[in-house]
Order: sequence, then structure tokens, then C-alpha cells
Amino acid sequence: MKKLINLTINDQHYEVAVEPNQTLVDLLRYQLGLTGTKKGCEMGDCGSCTVILDGKAVNSCLVLALQADGRSIQTIEGLETGEGLHPVQEAFVEKGAIQCGFCSSGMILSAKNLLDQKSNPSEIEIRRALAGNLCRCTGYQKIIEAVKSVPQAN
Amino acid sequence: MSEYTVINSRAVRVDTPDKATGKAVFIDDMTMPGMLYGALLQSPLAHARIVSIDTSKARNLPGVKSVVTAAEAGLVKYGVSPARYDETLFCHEKVRYVGDDIAAVAAVDMETALKAVSLIEVEYEELPAVFTIEEAMKAGAPVLHDNYPGNICAEVHSEFGNVEEALADCDLIKTTTFQNKRQDAAFIEPQGCIASYDLSGNLTLYSSTQVPHYVQRTVAMVLKLPVGKVRVVKPYVGAGFGIKASANPLELSACLLSMKTGKPVKMNYNREQVFQYGRARHQFTHTMTTGVKKDGTIMALKHLCYLDGGAYSSFGIATVYYAGSLLGGPYKLPNMKYDGYRIYNNKPACGAMRGHGGVAARACWEQQLDMIAEELKISPIELRLKNMMVAGDVTCNDLNMSSLGMKECIEAVKDGSEWTAKKGKLPKGKGIGMACGFFVSGAGYPIYRSDTFHGTVIVKLTEDGGTALVYTASAEIGQGSDTTFAMIAAEALGIRLEDVRLESGDTDFGVDLGAYSSRQTLMTGHAVKEAAEDARRQVLEVLAKELNVPVENMDIKNSLIEFKQGNVDFTGLRTRYSKEHRGWNDNPADGPLTFREASRIAYLSKGSIVGTGKYKPPELGGKYKGATVGTSPAYGCSAQIAEVTVDEETGQITVDRITDAHDCGLAINVTSVEGQMEGSVSMGLGEALFEEVKFDKKGHVINADLAEYKIPTMLDMPQIKTIIVESNEPNGPFGAKEVGEGAIMPTIPAILNAVYDAIGVRIHELPMTPERVYLAIQEAKKGKTG
Repeated sequence: MKKLINLTINDQHYEVAVEPNQTLVDLLRYQLGLTGTKKGCEMGDCGSCTVILDGKAVNSCLVLALQADGRSIQTIEGLETGEGLHPVQEAFVEKGAIQCGFCSSGMILSAKNLLDQKSNPSEIEIRRALAGNLCRCTGYQKIIEAVKSVPQAN
Repeated sequence: MSEYTVINSRAVRVDTPDKATGKAVFIDDMTMPGMLYGALLQSPLAHARIVSIDTSKARNLPGVKSVVTAAEAGLVKYGVSPARYDETLFCHEKVRYVGDDIAAVAAVDMETALKAVSLIEVEYEELPAVFTIEEAMKAGAPVLHDNYPGNICAEVHSEFGNVEEALADCDLIKTTTFQNKRQDAAFIEPQGCIASYDLSGNLTLYSSTQVPHYVQRTVAMVLKLPVGKVRVVKPYVGAGFGIKASANPLELSACLLSMKTGKPVKMNYNREQVFQYGRARHQFTHTMTTGVKKDGTIMALKHLCYLDGGAYSSFGIATVYYAGSLLGGPYKLPNMKYDGYRIYNNKPACGAMRGHGGVAARACWEQQLDMIAEELKISPIELRLKNMMVAGDVTCNDLNMSSLGMKECIEAVKDGSEWTAKKGKLPKGKGIGMACGFFVSGAGYPIYRSDTFHGTVIVKLTEDGGTALVYTASAEIGQGSDTTFAMIAAEALGIRLEDVRLESGDTDFGVDLGAYSSRQTLMTGHAVKEAAEDARRQVLEVLAKELNVPVENMDIKNSLIEFKQGNVDFTGLRTRYSKEHRGWNDNPADGPLTFREASRIAYLSKGSIVGTGKYKPPELGGKYKGATVGTSPAYGCSAQIAEVTVDEETGQITVDRITDAHDCGLAINVTSVEGQMEGSVSMGLGEALFEEVKFDKKGHVINADLAEYKIPTMLDMPQIKTIIVESNEPNGPFGAKEVGEGAIMPTIPAILNAVYDAIGVRIHELPMTPERVYLAIQEAKKGKTG
């Protein structure tokens, strides 16, 4: 039995009918076409489905679509502005922090969320904040370099 | 300062803006009108006879469009090596591992497809199963494949020189046994595909693959279609590491279901199925006996290896050869004997994974070399330098080290890690260790016997001029090959990188054997260079005619035409170009003649300018049986130094730092080379410390997820210092060779040697979990006191 929910995704309001067992990642990817959010394990292990839910980075495969009712979500598609790439995206591109790219959406959102909450994080703070996002290609080194290189507001 | 204008620099990868914004399309991001969803019925038993299959309930379920079994698929055998094709699309007489494919369903949605799978009734007669090498080789053990008695899938016996004679003359002989564990590639994107069969009988398969070409051939062969009717297209791929380097049952099932229904059919593995399908690194058990002279000169290696193969051959024939042949270098080794056995059992098949066949062998041997160095009281670095080959040396098994910056790599990591200040001077619990390794830069022969080119490339200049379109069937799977080839094309044509647009991963673009055996930079790179030079020549030939200037007096650089002698009047050409572009406000008005104008003029003279390129290695290697595995036009090599801390109370190992030097020939894209080095280290570190696919007594994978199967996270990885050593490889395009797999070779033994340096205990079994290390420490203590 589907249920209507209201939610905000990338500053846009949506009213959608969802199944009670439908996950947020499936809603985003298959119902709304926001395929930038990836699905690597469906168990909350890999972090490739990371989105920012009310200011917190979460695995969208562990969130039911129903739980997103009335809440605000940012996905990778919402990062770019009219002026081009978000500074975190720019840093990932410039530093070579992206190889296959399958983890990148989640990795970038986790990094963005960290930087939103803490400017100039230390290396260990970066490692802790991004430890839930698995990457098998890069060895993480250039990802850390990228996060460190993002220009900080202060 | 580089002599090049595009390559040998740090280029921003052409694919990463799309990947950073979520725009890059991977297979599961695709949908098609009328698309159906497919699901597989896979065996719950490890070994059983199929008595009967009843699909009637599944077929009658509303929403189900097709159910296929071996009855529909036929029994064409396939696999990787044609001599050992031992799989059929669906099992027909028996199942051989938990996960073996029995049937597939296509339905209007995934829920219905899964429901239909659960309605297929299979009656099994369970057979006794074997799960280890010992069980599988026991007299009277159940046999998996009737034509392979004793469950011996493959055996290799080779000897170069005379090992027994050489050992008799040695001053020190050392024997050790070493074992790694079955690894999973743990790429983040599970395999998936969409097959679409059209009304004209053309089949298009979109797939998360490393090898569109081999998949095209396998699909055509198994489903009995002309190869020309099958097109394989690779969207962006979430990495492969070898596991996506052959056709899989998903691809074949989706194609068959699409042919049956006339609709596009999408299929995916979930994470559990990724583990269940396997095809990643084998478990190897190596026993090596090395003989040396007092001064450390290596004289002979006697090597016995058993590979835990799983239920089918997959890449395993090549694996069992590689496990022996990749010890031929990089040290001078005059005598080498190898006996290798790959054994079938009722677990998922193992296959090829980064550093194919060579990683555990390298770990075993490099640790043993350290043990020998210690006994001879020679430093590990000195022992290695003493025996190191140099460019031009040929191994006893006929591998030609046409370039080899190995000594430079050793010096680089020695300096880069401050080895001299640290070795022997670290406190207890801290250790430093080093190791070397090398790897092929592309398999010298295709997987199927053929005179085919290994890569063909087309460079077409846009008719209006100014942009070069590169078409290659090669596979960008994350390593950065699209950017590498765009850079090579730009350099060879003489234009800017932004003036190149590249399309790849489509069998309609030509032949390319794909992303495996670290082949693309050298092999596809050659073909790209040749195609771009061909296009360049055609443009210059037209200019030569138009301007009456010999071709050799002209050059193209930075998308501008350079005239080497005197003032050449090209105003006529410029006027022609401008007249065709009335209304444009960016027509070149003054300054040098541009490539944009020149390529337009060339088109006006000859029609479309299309350059073609191709590459096939020269005849390589020896004439002995198995000589094709390990032979390559070039070899990349590397040295690494690991620094570790071992907590002796808990056995916990922390890797503090890795210093890594790799000789990749000329680095085309410096950033991508570093990326391959850093990624290799993380995969090696995972295999050394954490990774093991585990099974229960019935053959089920018990850690088929990324929580219980542990790959390194950002908290596990140390700082890596990467140093690129550039030799000039005579057989590589612009002197370039591999980095993708060679870079993993020294990681595990460097960590093993560092752990010994820290605690004085040798570990001969991976992964080095706290439990294993703790017990080894206790065992050593007992030995000392008892």
C-alpha cells in the first residue's frame, strides 16, 4: 500500500507515493531519476549511497523513503551551482581523487558535510569522517589531499 | 622540462567532472523503454545431481515474460581459455558450487522476477562435496568434471637450467612454505548489464565489463549468433580488477532473455552474488627452495605451488602458469624449476585479479630473500642490488627486460624512506622492510589463439576542422585510460588536449582486447599514436600541396601549424576558411595557421580525414610449453619500503608509511600513474592484513558483504610516498609501459619483512590478523624457552 510523502531534495519540493518497504536510495534512483546516488551493497557497508539528510551524512540504503517524509535531502546533483562545480567537487577533479567514480558521489558528500561542520579539519578528522565511504581504486591518498585543498571560508 | 607538450604532465582526467557531479552513467543508471528485469536461480547446494527442473509455476506467474534453463540455452561450452571451456550457461546435469546458475527469469519488475525464481522447482540428489585441495586430491574423492580425474584442472611442469645441479653447488639453501587466502576484488559497483535484441536480429549488450571484445565473442559463440550481430557497449564501470575480464552468466542470461522476449532485459548481481560468483584471487600455497652462494648470488629456485581453483577453470590456466613464470625476474636467476597444480573443488571459481598469479609468489619469495640476506649478514637492499637485472637482460624463461629501472627504484625508496637512518635502529615493535617486483605490460598473446591485432583505433577529424575524434574499443574502468589515450592522440597529432574528443568501450569502434594484463597504455597507446600520426600526415600532405612546402618542413604543435623555414604565405587558405564561416566572429585573423583551418582545408581536398592505427606485439618469448604466459613486449617494475608498528600484546599491525617507486617508462599522465600506485598499495595492504573469503562446511560464503569482508578504509591506509621512475621503454608508445598491476607486487612482502623487523617473528600465512600474529609471537616465545 503506497503512502504519500513530502520531501525536499536539492531545494526542490517533491510529493511522491512510496511503498512502505522502499528505501530512500531506490526512491532517488529509480523513481526520481537521481542516479548520481550509487548503490554498492544495500547494507550500509560501502557508503556509495551517501546523501545529506537534514545536515547529516547518511547511507540512503538504510533510510526508508517514509522516514524522509517532511525532511530535506541533498544529493550529488544538488552540489553544483550556476557558477560550476562546488569547491569540493572541483578539488576532487583537480587532485585526481576520482578513478572509477562509483564511490565519488558519496565520498564528496561526506567530505562536504564534514567541511560544513568543521573548517580546516585535521587529517585524522578527515580520515574519521570519511572512513564509512569505501574506495577500492585510489588508496584514499588523493581523496585526503583533495579534502585538505578545499579553500576554507575563514 | 619535458620535450612534450601534452603527455608527461598532470592532466585533469576527461571523465572526472561527470563523475564528480553524478552525471557519469554506470550500468544500473540506465533504463530503456519496455525494459524487463532478470533474476537468476542459483544452486543452494555445493555439489548435486539435477534430477528435474519444473518451471511451470514460474511461467504461469502474471508478469513473467520468459523462463530459461539449459533446455533453452543449449549446451555450448565456454570459459576463458578455449582449451578449457568447462562451463555452460546453465547447469544441466549437476551443480558444482553454491551459486551455480540453473535458470533465469525475465519479468515486468524485479519483485515478480524474484518471486518467479522462488517458484522454480528443482529436485536435487546431493553429492559428496570437496572444499579443500587436500579433500579434492584424496584417492577416491568425488570428481567435479568427469574428464579431469583427481580434480586436477591444470598442471605445469617446467625447468630452465638444471636446478638440482645448481643447488648442489650452493652455500646456503632455504626452503619456506607460504599461503595467502582467497581474495575478493571488492569493486564498489556490482556487475550488471542490459541486453537489447532488436527486430532485425541485432543484439546490443551494455555491460559493466573490462573486456567488450571477449564478451562479444563469447556471447556470439554461446548463443550461436554471428559476431557481426553482437555489439557490446561499456558504460562507465565501477572498477573490475580482473573479475570483469570475461563474459559472465548475467550477460549471457540477459542476452538470451532479450532474444526470447524481444525486450531489453536488465540484470544485476547483488553484493552477495558478487562474492558467490568469485573469480578473484586464488589461494596459493607456495613451497620455494632457493639456493645462493656465500656472497649472495642467487643460483637456483625450486618451486612447488597448489592453487585452490574452485569449480571451474575461469582464468586459472593462465594463473597457474603466471604463478611460476613471474619469478623469472627481476633478479638474475639461471636455474628455475616449477611444478604448479590448479585443483578443482566445490567452491566458486577463482580467476584473475590485479597482479594475476604473481602476488602470493612474490610475497613468498621476497620474504625468503630477506631470510637469506639475514643469514648471510648482507643487507636486504644489497642482496637485491647484487642480483638485479639491468635493461636488456633476458630471464631464464625468455622474458626480455627491454627497460628496467629497478636499481633506480631501489635507490629511490631507500632515500625516500630514510632507510639507512632507520634500518636496525628502530625500537622494538617498530619495523621497516622492503621488497621488489615486476609485471607484464600486456599479455603477449590474446586469450584465444589468433593473429588478431590487439588494438585498432580510428582518429577522425571533424569535417569543419579543429577537433579530433578518437574511437577505441578499449575499456576505461577507472584507471584513466580514456585520458591517457586522448593525451597520446593530442601529442601525436600536435593539438591541444581540449581539441580531442574520445569515445571508447564499444565493439563497433574496432578491436581492443580490453583492460587486463596491464596492456592498454602500451598496446592501445601504440594504436592511438599510429592513428593520430596517420591523420596528421594526411593534413600535412594536403598543406604541402596547397602551399608548395615539403611535409618535413612543417609541424603541428599546440593546434598551430609551424613552418620550419622562411615565411610561408597561407593567406589564400585563411581566406577560403573565413569565406566558409561568414558570420562567425572567431575566425583566425592573424597569427600562425591553425589546425582548425588546416584540417578544414584537408577535408575540402580529400573528404573526411580518417587516420587508422593498430597494434600487435612482435613475436615474443620462448618456444617451450606455456611460453605465452608471462611474455610481454615490456615489463614495469617497482620497489617498496613499508614501515609498521606491531602491538606485541595484541598482535595488531599498523602500517605507518609506505614508500613506493615504480618504473612505468614515460609517465603519460603523472597523476594517473600515482593513482595506480596508491590504489595498488591499498589492495596489497588489504590482502596482507585483512582479506579472506570464508566458507562454512556446506560451501556457502559466510562473509559475503563489505562489513565482514574487510577492505582497507581511510583509517587503515598510511601515507604513501609515490616516486615515479621513468625509463624509456623501446617497445612502448613514447616510451610508456605499465603501472596498473606491477605496483601491487612488492606491497605484501615489504609489509611481511617490516613485521619481522618489528617483532623478530616470520609470518608465512595471510592475512596477518591480530590472532595469527599473536599466536606466532607466542609460538616463537615457546620455541625460545622450550
